[in-house]
Order: sequence, then C-alpha cells, then structure tokens
Amino acid sequence: MIEFRSVRKTYADGRRGETIAVDGVDLVVPSHRTVVLLGSSGSGKTTLLRMVNRMVEPTSGAVLIDDEDVREKDPVALRRGIGYVMQQAGLLPHVRVIDNIATVPVLRGTPRREARERARALMDTVGLDARLADRYPAQLSGGQQQRVGVARALAADPLILLMDEPFGAVDPIVRRELQQELLRLQRTLGKTILFVTHDVDEAFLLGDEVVILAQGGRVVQRGTPDEIVAAPADDFVADFIGAAGGRRELRVERRSGALVAVDAAGRVQGVVRGAPGEGGA
Amino acid sequence: MSWVVDNAGLIGSLALEHVRHSLLPVVWGLALSLPLGWIAHRWRLARGPIVLLTGVLYTLPSLALLPLLPVLFGISALSELNLMLALTIYAVAILVRAVADGFDAVDPDVRRAAVAMGFGGARRLWTVELPLAGPVILAGLRVAAVSTVSLATVGILIGVTNLGYLFTNGFQRRIVEEILAGVVAVAVVALVVDLLLVLAGRLLLPWTRASGAAPARAASAGTAA
Repeated sequence: MIEFRSVRKTYADGRRGETIAVDGVDLVVPSHRTVVLLGSSGSGKTTLLRMVNRMVEPTSGAVLIDDEDVREKDPVALRRGIGYVMQQAGLLPHVRVIDNIATVPVLRGTPRREARERARALMDTVGLDARLADRYPAQLSGGQQQRVGVARALAADPLILLMDEPFGAVDPIVRRELQQELLRLQRTLGKTILFVTHDVDEAFLLGDEVVILAQGGRVVQRGTPDEIVAAPADDFVADFIGAAGGRRELRVERRSGALVAVDAAGRVQGVVRGAPGEGGA
Repeated sequence: MSWVVDNAGLIGSLALEHVRHSLLPVVWGLALSLPLGWIAHRWRLARGPIVLLTGVLYTLPSLALLPLLPVLFGISALSELNLMLALTIYAVAILVRAVADGFDAVDPDVRRAAVAMGFGGARRLWTVELPLAGPVILAGLRVAAVSTVSLATVGILIGVTNLGYLFTNGFQRRIVEEILAGVVAVAVVALVVDLLLVLAGRLLLPWTRASGAAPARAASAGTAA
C-alpha cells in the first residue's frame, strides 16, 4: 500500500516566487491494485510518482509504503525494491537485453548467472523472443524495448510498480497490445501499480481507480472509471474525459440492417451486440 | 630510397622510442582529464574556468614550455620526462573538453533510469555514465593521440631522440630523403596508433556499432552514440 499524506511540492521560481507542482495531495494506492494518475502536462503526476522512490522529495507532507515513511529508508535500497518503467523504456543502451533485465537483481547482489536465468524466464513472461537476449536496445523496435522495460521492472519481483507513461512513445496498435499484456500480467502478478498517463482511454482501461489531476497538482476527482464517466465532478473533468459536448454519449441506431452505436457527431463508433430487440445475438 | 633501406634499423628503433614518448603522455593526459572533465560536466560553475584554463594551455608554445617545466618541477631540461610532461599538458588541453562533452552527451533519460533502478552514485558513474560518454571521449582521444605523435618530434630540440632526430639530422647533413622518411614515419606511427584506438573502441564500446542497424528509434540510443 502506498499512501500520500498532504503531499506538496513547490519549486523556487526566480523572482516570481514559487511554482506549485503538487498541491496538498492525499491518496491511497491499495495493495494489488492499479491506480492511474491522469492529467495533462504540468499536473504534477510524474512528480507524485517519483516521490514514491524518492527521486523527488516532497516540500511538505509524507509518502508512506506499508505505513513506513519513505524518508526513513535509504534511497538506493528503496529504489532497488520498487519496479520502475518509464517512457522510451530508459534502457541502458550499452547493455544487452538480457543484462538490462537482470540489472536490479545484479545490483542487489544476485550472482549474474542466476540473474540471467531469471531474466530469460521473464522475457518469456512479457512475450519477448528469447533470441533477442543478446541484442542491444537500439536493435529492438519500440514495442520490444518497452517489453524489456517491463521485464526489467519485474526482475527483482518488487511489490510495487511505478509506471511513468510507459506506452506513450509507441504507435497505437503496439500500445493496445502492451496494455492488454499488462492487464494479463497484472491478473496473475497482482502488483501494486501506480501508473501515470495523459491518455484517458488508457487510464480507464488499466485503472482500478483513476485519479484526475489538474494544473498545479490538484486532485479534482478520483473514482473507478465507471464512476467518473457516469458522474464527472465538474466541467473540467467532463471536458478532459471527453464527456462534454456529448463525445462519450452514444445512441443506438439501425443502419444497413445492423444495430450500431452512433456518437453525437453522427459517426458510427461500433456495432451493438446482445442489445434488447437484437434477438439475443 | 637507398637511404631508407640502409637505415631501416635506425628508423625502426627511433619509431619505437617515438611511440613510447607519445603514448605515455596520452595515457597520463587521459588519467588527468577524466576527473577534470567530470568536474567540468558536474558543476556548471567550474566548467568555464576549467575549459578556459586548459584551452589556454594549448596555446603555450612548446618552445617556451620545454625550458619552463624544468624550473617549475625541478627536473632536468634535457630529459625525456620534460618532453613527456609537456606533451601531457597538450593532451589534457584536448581531452578535458572531450571528457566534459562526453558526460554531457549521456541521455538524461538513461541517467534517470539508472537512478530509478537503484544505481548508487559511484556505480552509476563507472558502469553507466563513463561507458556512455565513451564514444565522445574516444573521438577526443584519437585527436589527442595523433597530435601528440606529431608534436613529440620537438623532443630533439632538448636532446630527446625519437623520429624528430631524422628532421634535424637530415637538415644538418642536407639529406632530403632522411627528412621525408621522418615525415612519413611520423604519419605511419600516427595512423597505426589511430587504427589501434578505433579497434579498441570497437572492442570496448560494442553497442555503438549495434545502433547503426536501429529500427526506428528516435531519442535515447541515437544521441549517446
């Protein structure tokens, strides 16, 4: 369980005083759950994420992992116990795939042979061809690199995964693939995941709970995706998730002999199956 | 050509001396430049003075440096050490900048990822930042090595015998072939040293060749190489 208690982060900003990055956030990430921090740039979501492994220290307030203040832990040891996946994967370009994955276990003192064996097993887990083991990151596609990033984060079997827009830099098809893969992994692994994204659909797909942040690091709404779509807290949320202007409102019409869902602009968004009157198809 | 054939043994032994006189200063220069360049990279305030000072060093005429160093360090003016110290100073002038630029070129995302993985400061420096700064440092090292090989010939002016001997001796005895032989021999030594450095780079920095065949990777891999 990760807990943010009245966390605030300000940066000195020359003559103009200070910039508020995170403004009094209280938040609990329950164990074995995925909580998504959703917001545009400047909403402090990455800053919040980095407070968990002490890459950023809060100006005031505290971050606790299983009721222990992270400030009382050695940052290096703390980070070795937390999986971290970032945009562009952040792989070490001079290290082969297999050793990239084995990085954290080796840092923790696992013999290299053993760490590599586990890394090989993890390649399989995240759907990477074993033949890629001896390649360098630059020789992989963006999607493959991202899978290596996920495998590396899982290598030391951490309880917590921090994911900072991990699928932001890959094309939409690969992104969907990776999202499904993460859902599949999470069903078996049950990690405590804090996930940062600016992609609304990604947030609603992956999050057990979604926290919407506004400029200046304020929480404007939190809840399950259903709750947020059904009842946006204010106009900002409604606009951000696309509920404003009817963009998330669909109505059913019959076109060319099929029942379809049509959006406010009249574009067909999908086919309706199993609706009342469709005859149980 | 007959002079070269008759004196092949002399040229060979002078070339060996020459390699020794020029390679040790490059190694010493690198050893000094690594910490200096890292400091220049790490602390913005230190960078200006360090780069400026080492840049000024490079403008010192060797004819002034060779009689000055003995006064400063209390060594014999007519010693190998004097020549090699002077050459070390010139190597530092080139290498400090290369080392600082090399560390600057490390992708901040990769550095951040290394922090997030739990690399401690020293370990990150040796196993992540230094190797990734390698290609730029190597480029500087090649320039420093070739220029040192060329510069080492001034040793003959303080009685340190290497390929520079062929210039003064050929000049005094009016043997043009000997002077030309010296020029060619220096060039050959420089080329061989350069080639060895390139090979060492391939051995020590194998990933730099791998990134050539990169399929669609924009940011991090490209900038480091």
